[in-house]
Amino acid sequence: MSAADLAGRPGLLARLTPGPAVRRLLRNRAFVAGLLLFGTVAILALLAPWISPTDPNRMAVRFRFREPSWDFPFGTDNLGRNMVSRVLWGGRLSLEIGLWVVMLNAVFGVVLGAAAGYFRRLDGPLMRIADALMAFPAVLLAIGIAAALGPSVATVVIALSVVYVPRTARVLRASVMVVREQDYVQAARAAGAGDGRILFRHILPNCMAPLIVQLSFVFAYAILSEAVLSFLGLGAAPTTPSWGILIAEGRSYIREAAWLTVVPGVAIATTVLGLNLLGDGLRDVLDPRLKVDA
Amino acid sequence: MARYALKRLVQMIPLLLAVSLIAFALIKLVPGDPAVVMGGSNATPAEIEAIRRNLGLDRPLHVQLFSFYAALFQGDLGRSLLLGQPVTEALLERAPVTLWIAFYSLVLTIVLGMATGIVAALRHNTIVDQLVSVFALLGVSIPNFWLGLMMIVLFSVHLGWLPTSGYADPLADPVGFLRTATMPAVALAMLQTGLLTRIVRSTMLDVLGQDYIRTARAKGLPEARVVLRHALANVMIPVITMIGLILSVLLSGSIIVETIFSVPGIGSLLGNAILRRDYPMIQGGLLFVAATLMLLNLVVDLLYAAFDPRVRVDR
Amino acid sequence: MTPPLLSAPLLSAPLLSVRDLTVTFRAEGRTQAAVDRVGFDVAAGEVLGIVGESGSGKSVTALAVMGLLPANGRVASGEILFEGTDLLRLPARKMRDLRGRRIGMIFQEPMTSLNPVFTIGDQIVETIVHHERLGRRAARERAVDMLARVGIPSARRRLDDYPHQMSGGMRQRVMIAMALACSPRLLLADEPTTALDVTIQAQLLDLLNDLRREFGMAVVVITHNMGVIAEFADRVAVFYAGRVAEEAPVEPLFDRPAHPYTRGLLASTPRLDADAERLVTIPGAMPNIAAPPPGCRFAPRCGVKVEACEADRPPLVAVGDGHRAACIRAGEAAA
Repeated sequence: MSAADLAGRPGLLARLTPGPAVRRLLRNRAFVAGLLLFGTVAILALLAPWISPTDPNRMAVRFRFREPSWDFPFGTDNLGRNMVSRVLWGGRLSLEIGLWVVMLNAVFGVVLGAAAGYFRRLDGPLMRIADALMAFPAVLLAIGIAAALGPSVATVVIALSVVYVPRTARVLRASVMVVREQDYVQAARAAGAGDGRILFRHILPNCMAPLIVQLSFVFAYAILSEAVLSFLGLGAAPTTPSWGILIAEGRSYIREAAWLTVVPGVAIATTVLGLNLLGDGLRDVLDPRLKVDA
Repeated sequence: MARYALKRLVQMIPLLLAVSLIAFALIKLVPGDPAVVMGGSNATPAEIEAIRRNLGLDRPLHVQLFSFYAALFQGDLGRSLLLGQPVTEALLERAPVTLWIAFYSLVLTIVLGMATGIVAALRHNTIVDQLVSVFALLGVSIPNFWLGLMMIVLFSVHLGWLPTSGYADPLADPVGFLRTATMPAVALAMLQTGLLTRIVRSTMLDVLGQDYIRTARAKGLPEARVVLRHALANVMIPVITMIGLILSVLLSGSIIVETIFSVPGIGSLLGNAILRRDYPMIQGGLLFVAATLMLLNLVVDLLYAAFDPRVRVDR
Repeated sequence: MTPPLLSAPLLSAPLLSVRDLTVTFRAEGRTQAAVDRVGFDVAAGEVLGIVGESGSGKSVTALAVMGLLPANGRVASGEILFEGTDLLRLPARKMRDLRGRRIGMIFQEPMTSLNPVFTIGDQIVETIVHHERLGRRAARERAVDMLARVGIPSARRRLDDYPHQMSGGMRQRVMIAMALACSPRLLLADEPTTALDVTIQAQLLDLLNDLRREFGMAVVVITHNMGVIAEFADRVAVFYAGRVAEEAPVEPLFDRPAHPYTRGLLASTPRLDADAERLVTIPGAMPNIAAPPPGCRFAPRCGVKVEACEADRPPLVAVGDGHRAACIRAGEAAA
């Protein structure tokens, strides 16, 4: 590392060591509340195979339409399936889909955003494509893509990624363009560092804060949109329930067994609320300038 | 102003072309033979062949693209397989329903979002402020279609106040419109109201700390005038820029909310088209909604220029 | 022989009389006094300069007079008499009626002090219409007249301009026109020229000087610039860490400063346009008002302090005609 690198970036080391940022996060009420909510949901979903009282698809016709009680805290559905198991397993699938979307956003959002932000010649074409994709309302485009691809879990992941990657790429592009002009980047360039080295060593590490914030919101949107797609019959097959599918199934019995709809909806709201709080806290602590971007 | 409007209209054309290209490409995403998928498992080979010919799938790609655009310029979006009706006609027939509900929902969003956001900012750091923040967070966290179902449970099933479905024209039967459209409009409004509340609150807090507010007070103006004229005029600017986003969420939300409440609008039309794999209708509907949104956004931009003198003069 | 302190007020009551004013702020659960038992008088038609470093409480004092303290600040004690009435006991409605009509104020930042979404004419007319029974047309005429008087060329045409179409100097002129639109008796000018170019500063001071004669109003000008004081003020109050350190007519203050802080200020101002913000000759920094030193607040930085300085707050003692200093050694120093 050259002298210019060291002299020009006093803040970098401090930002890379987790200490102070983590301490500030833990003092942020929104972050802690979000962590508790989302953490609880995530752990329960993760442990579904071990803590579910029954197989989510085990039918017991004599227990049909049981209201929530001590034996069946969330009641049972039209086939006597235990809703506790179904909600836990449903959460597993919903969170899994959300996580896939987040990972694809992290990879493609960073690659495309960094390319557009760093290489001026790529900026125009990439951003025009993003503009065209973003001219459609997010959920609507996802529905269109999923309708074309046909219902499956992979469809949902692909549709939601196509919709949200341009948005993530935009966030990253904006921060790359800011960091690109910083003195220490200019210094590194003057010291003869190549594009790859500048991008990976100097620029991207300084764009992580807005990316993390954006990804936490993408996670939240993905959970909500997954529910919409599944509800419309564009998601997973009913045998592998996600929360959206549970709501769609419950809808038919909403007059006589409202709990079938209430419980998965509360699960979605809790998860998304947790993620939103998490995102708010991260934004307040890591990147106070960033605005909400849906 | 007129020149600016015209300029923006011309700038829209390339984006419109790109958007229609995406809509065209959508059918190419269908795995396997779209005609087979659309026909369903009971279709005879002759029927599938008919679908294929109807959609022009038997012709080379560039010919398909050319005829797609040629038809598009005449406002022809193809023929719905399900309804046997031209897609454009079906969409235009139902557009007023969706737009009325969207308008109702937009009004609810703006009134609720601004009122709560302003009150929270004026009562900064009090219990009122915190309650508003919780309300706003819940708003952006609750799935809108689930909220719609919960309202059906409460207001239709338990209380029997409102019908679960239907629609009445607001001009012919305003009461009927309010009875049928209120639950869908509220369900649609929830998410953006939460977003708007948060933005109005933080903008208002920011504006109230500005020097020009202190100047307004130093002039001896009553607090009501300081807030409702001097502060609000500045808060309106980000609110107007948000209207485009709000409309976008409203229109995409309408698919699922209209399906739930059986509202005969574009949303339920598309919802049915998705269930039945009616690709021309899906494609045309998406394109129609995207184009409508771009036009509405243009209107919003012009509004924005009217509200912010800095933009008006600079351009 | 020193004259009794009450001599001047006996002849004619001052226009503004601030007495024993204490302003406290709450920040992170603690209360601290930004202004600590401050007092001064302003006679009708007089220009009082208040000079001090940032954080000395000079702006807070002006905001307290206007009744515009920020939400976490409050007047803990004292009186602010304007034309004989205590502004602090005035109902909010009456106080509002005085603001902009009897007392005008201009601020440091002309770039941000005007509302960006309204025309300047609109903002001036608003003040006039609000305070006087005047139709919009007549108010507009008055606004044109005011803009012309503050030296804005082709005033009628510029009335419909937005703030962003004007330079900083022009905007400050608009602020002045707005503050003077209802012919106030008192103008509070908080760093009116600080944000402007040096050449424009001088023009603006000349303008203020002309206008205050024309309108016969008193001015309290708040600044950290001794040049502004020398050029513009009749009398000076030197603020230090929330207290008045010295008060005197301009000439005796520049000729015979009695407080060591004032002497330091003047010594670090070789040229009249230099800023007191950049004090090089006084070592140390102003004490944190959250934990002020006991006794004289300047003692930690004072070159002539004695043990007694750190015991009690030094009272303001007369050292000449209308000249008072809060220093127990003021008598020796002046001699």
